[in-house]
Amino acid sequence: MSDTLDRPRAMITAGAIDTDVHPPLPRQADLLPYLDPYWAETFQSRDVDVLELMSFPERTKPYRRADWQGEGDALVAMQKDLLDPLQLGQAILNVVSGAHALFDPYLQLAVCRATNDWLADQWLSRDDRLRASILVPFSNVAGAVQEIERLAGDKRFVQILTLAAGELPLGRQSYWPIFEAAEKHGLPIGIHAGSMLRHAPSHSGYHSFLIEDHIAMTHGFATQIASLIAEGVFAKYPALKVVAIESGVSWVPPLMWRMSKDWRGTRVEVPWVKDSPAALIRKHVRLTSQPFDAPEDPSEVETMLSHLLSDDMLLFSSDYPHCHYEGLDVLPRGVPEAMLQKAMRANALATYPRLGG
Amino acid sequence: MPEYVVCKLTDIPMGQSRRFTAGKRDIAIFNVQGDLHAIADRCPHEGASLCKGVITSLVSGDEPGEYRLERQGEMVRCPWHGWEFDILTGKSYCDPNRMKVRSYDVKVAPGETLAEGPYQIEIYDVSVQDDYVIVTL
Amino acid sequence: MEATELDREKTAPKRLGVVDCDIHPAFENPQELGKYLPQRWRDHIRDYALRTPNPFLGAMTYPRMTPGNGMRRDSWPPSGKPPASDLGFLCEQLLEQCNIEHGILQPLAAGAVTNNQDLGAALCVGINDWQIDKFAGPEPRLRASICVAQEDATEAVAEIDRRAHDRRFVQVSIPPRTIEPIGRRRYWPIFEAAEHYGLPIGLHTGAFGQRPNTPSGWSSFYLEEHYAASNSLQTVIVSMIMEGVFERFPKLKIVVVEGGFSWVPSLAWRMDREWKRMGGEVPQVKRKPSEYLRDHFWFTTQPIEEPEENRHLADLVRWIGADRLMFSTDYPHWDFDDPRFAFRTPLDPDDRAKIFRENAMALFRLDHR
Repeated sequence: MSDTLDRPRAMITAGAIDTDVHPPLPRQADLLPYLDPYWAETFQSRDVDVLELMSFPERTKPYRRADWQGEGDALVAMQKDLLDPLQLGQAILNVVSGAHALFDPYLQLAVCRATNDWLADQWLSRDDRLRASILVPFSNVAGAVQEIERLAGDKRFVQILTLAAGELPLGRQSYWPIFEAAEKHGLPIGIHAGSMLRHAPSHSGYHSFLIEDHIAMTHGFATQIASLIAEGVFAKYPALKVVAIESGVSWVPPLMWRMSKDWRGTRVEVPWVKDSPAALIRKHVRLTSQPFDAPEDPSEVETMLSHLLSDDMLLFSSDYPHCHYEGLDVLPRGVPEAMLQKAMRANALATYPRLGG
Repeated sequence: MPEYVVCKLTDIPMGQSRRFTAGKRDIAIFNVQGDLHAIADRCPHEGASLCKGVITSLVSGDEPGEYRLERQGEMVRCPWHGWEFDILTGKSYCDPNRMKVRSYDVKVAPGETLAEGPYQIEIYDVSVQDDYVIVTL
Repeated sequence: MEATELDREKTAPKRLGVVDCDIHPAFENPQELGKYLPQRWRDHIRDYALRTPNPFLGAMTYPRMTPGNGMRRDSWPPSGKPPASDLGFLCEQLLEQCNIEHGILQPLAAGAVTNNQDLGAALCVGINDWQIDKFAGPEPRLRASICVAQEDATEAVAEIDRRAHDRRFVQVSIPPRTIEPIGRRRYWPIFEAAEHYGLPIGLHTGAFGQRPNTPSGWSSFYLEEHYAASNSLQTVIVSMIMEGVFERFPKLKIVVVEGGFSWVPSLAWRMDREWKRMGGEVPQVKRKPSEYLRDHFWFTTQPIEEPEENRHLADLVRWIGADRLMFSTDYPHWDFDDPRFAFRTPLDPDDRAKIFRENAMALFRLDHR
């Protein structure tokens, strides 16, 4: 294992935008300074502390590399492990919080607000390379819009985060006020791996193993995107972008093909879907690069990526500190040079308008 | 280009279609509000007979939840996969630039004129009193 | 690109003997199945209905786009009976026109997804008798599936024992939306029986299940459901591999029916990657997950994948292996594939022979009777 990059790779990552980096979940003590007295008392009396998702247990082995334990000051560790050696230009922090899965809509909002303020104060203000996703309560749409409006003036927040599996399919009309606010402020919707487990992760209920939940996560991504298309979200909000974060990438062409084929025979059911789903996916959906589900043979990786018929979709990500690669070997093998070049920076700038300003 | 007399005008009632063989080709002729249109009776996707499909309007909508019916009777939906084709042009609605059904010129002529033309007669008993449908391949 | 007509008749194979792995026979009327049920269950259905997890009694949760709950519009026989209920017309429209040498029946009647499991077992017995009586008996080109109500493994095995000697049955059929992940041990007696008799297990995409069709709940539209249903087949593969089914039953063969196949390579890459990261959680998985996938699973081709660029279909065939794909029509459903035109990419002649005939001939031992 090596902590240094070979020269060509370092040249590529210098100045790059890392679209998926994870600070550790804030605990009760981290959030107390950002809570009003009612919620501070509630958090303490009712033991609202670690909200770690069952579907995304970030303190377990697969989510925290042995040499990336983030001990001490987690920001300093991140700088030393990732930001400095890769010479990253910017990095987007995604807190994969159990806030999404809470049932109390007001508690959900309180955790989201406090987490966002903690991010701004303890992370964004301490390293000007950092950007962050806004946590909002999808079970409390009015509260979510309020939170987006509260933070919209802070350009360091560049995206709105949700999960691959939620309470309702993501395209449902009840969520549209969130999309309206997102489009207005140039905030993509980041769909991150993880489930609220409001529903079973498979058609056959709950899996025996974490590895099964993880493999099945593509079902969540694919059906969320199918829902956004079919419900007409992209017809209603044509400037909206969606980023599938930690999705694995190669599941996308099969979705494009199947949905486009079915659309030809069923589009009268959803006449507002005027372009083929494949074209809509190319226009609206972006994919972070780690993890990367690809064949071992690099020449086949190029073939696999060619099925997207787009070099705009891939966004560089390290997925720090999860276990996907050794050392700083962050770039998936076999990605054609031109596509990789665009993925490092230009595609992110086109996806996240607030990064440029 | 050979011209084929395929049927009497009255054989294709308004709003309906019929399949004919002209030469070696299967042709679907549609009667759209009294105007005849001929296209190949073969979906370019997997070969189904378009005459067995349903004649419909163009379904449109700009907003989610909006359903508009336009161009009544001018679209045919393939009996298998439901692909929609414009009866007037043969173009696929979903793939207008990449996929179309071949369309043919079709005209109506009185029976008394048929003896004059260089027509291939695919039917029997042409009578002078009736009008006939002629397809140009 | 200039507008073109796709006229592939010229290049279509002449008289290729085809095996169709997915034909859906239908009842002539709602009473027909009753003739194959004991009086007790006829009365039960009359008095209390046939209950499934579907919210409607009889109607589809996601109404289909064509009449008859999603039939080819040209599949009604001249007799006026329902599509695929008239053997003569089925032979003419499907077997003759498409040159089908053998066809595998996949009954979709509710036996396996009935809430009342005793009724489900009785329905399966009736459906199996009916397949022979009406279709596979009189028409030797057709072969039957042993339908079993998989949630009661004891009854399922009893039915397999009853039918396995009859070579007109060529597989065991269960739906993929099982109540628990199908790799769980409660289903292992079925795998044991199938392996014992050398019968593949066919898992056909199912329209009903007890769980939502997406992990975010129920989708709104049929467009979404038609895609989402295919995810249940991925669950089957992952569950069977991760629970160690193939370590215990090394000769077991699984056919994934009507689930698509474009996702198979991506799933294989994903399973292998996650296994590198989390393999310690599943010590019963001794080899790379993709190796079990390669050794134990076959895929039927309908609905044929239609990439935007036809040549991408050839990549899929290469990644999956032409020895693991088997042609199917799904007759008489709306998304039927015609063997003459379904593949929109040129196939190597050997691969074509495998996909359209040889793989199924060998897997189902169709040369034996």
